[in-house]
Amino acid sequence: MDIFNNLFPGLYDWINALLHDWFKGAMPADVESVLVSAIMALIVAISAILFMVLMVLIMIWLERKNAARIQDRVGPNRVGPYGLLQPIADTIKMLIKEDIVPTNADKLVHLLAPLVAMAPAVLALAVVPFGKGMTPVDLNIGLLFMIAVGSIGVVGIFMAGYGSNNKYSLLGGMRGVAQVVSYEVPQVLTVVTVILLSGSMSLVKIVDAQGGWFGLQWNILALPVGLIAFVIFYICALAEVNRSPFDLIEGESEIVAGFFTEYSGMKWGLFYLAEYFNFFIVCMFGATLFLGGWQGPILPGWLWLIIKTYALVWLGMWIRMTLPRFRVDQLMKFAWKVLVPVALANLLLTSILIGVYNGIGF
Amino acid sequence: MLDRYGLVGIFAVMALIFPVIPLLMAWVVRPKKPNKTKSTTYECGLAFEDFPEQAQNVWVQFRVQYYIFALLFVVFDIEVVFLYPWAVAYDSLGLFALVEMVAFLGILILALAYAWRKGLLEWV
Repeated sequence: MDIFNNLFPGLYDWINALLHDWFKGAMPADVESVLVSAIMALIVAISAILFMVLMVLIMIWLERKNAARIQDRVGPNRVGPYGLLQPIADTIKMLIKEDIVPTNADKLVHLLAPLVAMAPAVLALAVVPFGKGMTPVDLNIGLLFMIAVGSIGVVGIFMAGYGSNNKYSLLGGMRGVAQVVSYEVPQVLTVVTVILLSGSMSLVKIVDAQGGWFGLQWNILALPVGLIAFVIFYICALAEVNRSPFDLIEGESEIVAGFFTEYSGMKWGLFYLAEYFNFFIVCMFGATLFLGGWQGPILPGWLWLIIKTYALVWLGMWIRMTLPRFRVDQLMKFAWKVLVPVALANLLLTSILIGVYNGIGF
Repeated sequence: MLDRYGLVGIFAVMALIFPVIPLLMAWVVRPKKPNKTKSTTYECGLAFEDFPEQAQNVWVQFRVQYYIFALLFVVFDIEVVFLYPWAVAYDSLGLFALVEMVAFLGILILALAYAWRKGLLEWV
């Protein structure tokens, strides 16, 4: 299994050495090392993005197939075997659709909104530990980076709501801000529990700390606090990426299509893509923080991460197909009157339990 | 070697470039046939131009409720920022850190209880 584990780090080292050989002597050594590391970072970034695009295409297919099965339908089965090429057909359709911008809209904001929604989803990839020695950038504040970047996306949603100059869009945008802002509080509070359990904010160290018991000492198994924290994190994750039952900002039965009422063609496609990107990434972070990341027996690390992420993604699809949408007042009540107090209590319980366990100063 | 934040910067540049590519591709291949009706603002079952001047303006005042939740969010988020370094250093700080943080969180919980009691958390 070592060969599979070392596949991507080995490839990285090989290209790195190749580039070093290539540029050697052509320029001063310090310039050369900066240039090579920049090129390597570019390669890593592009491969991470391609990986995500592939994952998201599979995920869109999976979601449609899953939804169909839960509703007792067959789902897409015409384009390619088992309808596997359906997401690609969808992409082509979006590309050749006309882009309609309303005359009243704020054109610049309308254009920039999908870009602002999409960019943080890609930027968050920079700190994900994909496998053993496969972290693009090992920041010592990776967790904070992940949360900070994750909350930029809502700016794009509000820009779309404001820039469209349509009251449904504006309502959707405002709901989006209120919702994301409310669910961010319990989420950041539960993440503190993970820091307490692992003693670090670096995602690499957090995964390493879960490596005991043959790679099964996951934070979720630190009962009872880990499980409570995971449930809160997952609920907040669904709300942060506006998945059903928290998809009030789209709420097609109330406000047409929410913030993307006035979007069409590839701009709409970017919002759609950003939603799936964000959902996949937030599930990846859930797997990293609570389910041991790439740790696991027998199989190579990166495969474990993909399996765990898809397990969480699938859970989200199941929830989406099963539960009806919340009302706005229920949504806010649930965040502030249930999740925040439980998260605070869980945090206190964790710190006391760790204190008792370690016997620090007692 | 580039600094770690230099690498993050390269990721940021890629993150900005990546969404532009599909937009450019679409710009090349898509049809461009705008007409007046197509580019009016969407409205359910009615023509938007028939609306009175007042109703066509959608950038209006919004509910103060959103503002209150935003304020609560700012308070809690800043509190949490103080919790992060504490959580990292918790193992080495001992009982003192625990007591301090219980007091800190106590004030936070008190504020939440006050907001709750005052009815700020009700969505009306």
